[in-house]
Amino acid sequence: MLDNNQLLRFTTAGSVDDGKSTLIGRLLYDSKSIFEDQLQSIENTSKKKGHAGVDLALFTDGLRDEREQGITIDVAYRYFTTPKRKFIIADTPGHIQYTRNMVTGASTANVATILVDARHGVIEQTKRHAFIASLLNIPHVIVCVNKMDLVDYSEEVFNNIVSQFEEISSKMLIKDVRFIPMSALEGDNVVNRSKNMDWYQGSPMLNMLETMHISSDVNKVDARFPVQTVLRPQNDTHRDYRGYAGRVASGVLRVGDEITVMPSGFTSVIKGINLNDQQLSEAFAPQSVSIELEDDIDIGRGDMIVRSNNKPEASQDVEVMLCWLNNTAAKPRAKYTVKHTSNDQKAMIKDVVYKIDIESLNRVEGDDTLAMNDIAKVKIRTTKPLMIDSYRENRMTGSIILVDDTTNETVAAGMIV
Amino acid sequence: MSSNKYYLNYLDELESEAIYVLREVWAQFQNPVILFSGGKDSIVITHLAKKAFYPAKIPFPLMHVDTGHNFPETIKFRDDIIKELGVSLIVGSVQESIDDGRVAEEKGKNATRNALQITTLLDAIESNKVDCAIGGGRRDEEKARAKERFFSHRDDFGQWDPKNQRPELWNIFNGKYFEGEHFRAFPISNWTEMDVWNYIKRENIAIPSLYFAHEREVVWRQDAWIPNSEFLVLEDHEEVVTKKIRFRTLGDITITGGIESEADTLAKIADEVAGMRQTERGNRSDDKRSESAMEDRKRQGYF
Repeated sequence: MLDNNQLLRFTTAGSVDDGKSTLIGRLLYDSKSIFEDQLQSIENTSKKKGHAGVDLALFTDGLRDEREQGITIDVAYRYFTTPKRKFIIADTPGHIQYTRNMVTGASTANVATILVDARHGVIEQTKRHAFIASLLNIPHVIVCVNKMDLVDYSEEVFNNIVSQFEEISSKMLIKDVRFIPMSALEGDNVVNRSKNMDWYQGSPMLNMLETMHISSDVNKVDARFPVQTVLRPQNDTHRDYRGYAGRVASGVLRVGDEITVMPSGFTSVIKGINLNDQQLSEAFAPQSVSIELEDDIDIGRGDMIVRSNNKPEASQDVEVMLCWLNNTAAKPRAKYTVKHTSNDQKAMIKDVVYKIDIESLNRVEGDDTLAMNDIAKVKIRTTKPLMIDSYRENRMTGSIILVDDTTNETVAAGMIV
Repeated sequence: MSSNKYYLNYLDELESEAIYVLREVWAQFQNPVILFSGGKDSIVITHLAKKAFYPAKIPFPLMHVDTGHNFPETIKFRDDIIKELGVSLIVGSVQESIDDGRVAEEKGKNATRNALQITTLLDAIESNKVDCAIGGGRRDEEKARAKERFFSHRDDFGQWDPKNQRPELWNIFNGKYFEGEHFRAFPISNWTEMDVWNYIKRENIAIPSLYFAHEREVVWRQDAWIPNSEFLVLEDHEEVVTKKIRFRTLGDITITGGIESEADTLAKIADEVAGMRQTERGNRSDDKRSESAMEDRKRQGYF
């Protein structure tokens, strides 16, 4: 692995029948990321179950209940590395009742891979997956048209699916969509180029993942530094040191920059940026550093350091696209804790503007119940201002979660409109 | 200045993520500890904690669950690192749990103290009022661990419910709990064994000599070289031999199998790991008991 290799995170959405597990198994197997003892164990299980050959789908088996029921219940993370990149797969179940898991996996992804069965084309589920990729603003989407071996590797079938998908995605905000005809089972266009589809001029999936440009996926324009904690060593060598520890959420901060602390509005200048004992001249997202300021001002967790000429909006009234993640439905006008960057505030859901019918993707007005897997546009009122950007502009300062104080569970995820 | 330079390589990104998690733990909990086994993963966590809070010292103690079946090298390493960092050490002793009648030794030839650690760990967490135990668990290690959160909730019996976990989105962590419950935090969730070794090499982190190839008396058992020690009960057919070996993971001396190796530098170890065809836990007999061995122990409160 080279020192300048990047990390790419992608999700796989699909159901068992789409061949999602086989695709992941194929990626890991053909990129030689499977260990011999894992392979041995899979071979034994395949034999026990009476499969001919090795069932690649078994590589993604997880918890006991999942093995017994042959389903994926929860997001599972898998890892592999090639000479070009390190990859993290968030393997999420594709069923309608698992919208919450897809949203979870999508929240940190650079790339969403959506599986389509070549025999069935674009179906309701494909639409839902595309919608979630768009809602969560995943920068890149790869549509894997799988099981091409079952349609005689037909270019026409593939082209039809491409136009079907483009028709639905044109109504969504997806920036970069690519299509690959493949057979995960036979290994066509996953890691190795297919010999059965000369008409396809693009890259196999792995090569695409290895080479796509992802440096621009992070907002590098708006400098935002949520303070996590304050470092005050008070030892002999660093008696007066006061460092604000945090992770740059977006943008670049440099020594000498004029900054404003939100929400207090105090201004100062960056005196130093440190990572361990290193002195840096600048820090960019997503680096974890500590920042020293020229002036002694009162700053703590929940405050945000920003460049004075580019500030987020401070607001107590926030409109969000909310995805409900909990078995207990939202109670009308109930209070929750909203967590936004390092800031916690009490909040109330004031109004449900509309809900999305996840089957038709139509807006439904006049229904203000929020149950598990519901997606809705809502208005939230907080007790103190949040320092917000729109989610489209900034995934880190545009996202919130809601916590139910009576159970402490995370009940909803929100994207600020 | 091109905008291309504003990206992190994979190790820097993993480091940055882990530091962020450690600072969140410090900010969200009253009384966190680092679970320190003397193995490479907990050593990396400790190194990351040093960086996360520099120039202040690590603001929480290390906690060691001592099975009593230790490699002497591990204990010395632990005591040295405590002194160097100026942090305090909490020891939970499995021997004391046995003496107090909290647990009973396993019987039979493959008996280990591995599972007994669960009770000792949970007792130590409770008696020290620990509300978050930071561990070096990684999602690539094992299929049950692949489902872990960065902030992982434990009920008031210390149990993990993998089917009912809190969703974890973006980098917003929910560490809220009720009296008696606690959390486990896993800052290096997204690292692989290879990442750990590349990081140790890059940062030149000191690790116990056991990880480097050395001559040692061993016995061939369950497809691995088990070190000879005062705790090992030999079978009639078993023969003690001297081999040049090293350990890929460190645990209880009775169950940690070594591999034959010539790798005696960090660079050679990293090369060797890159070419490995077996998973690192393949040499741990505690995971070989059944398909769900790790899941079952984790549900009860294991690391």
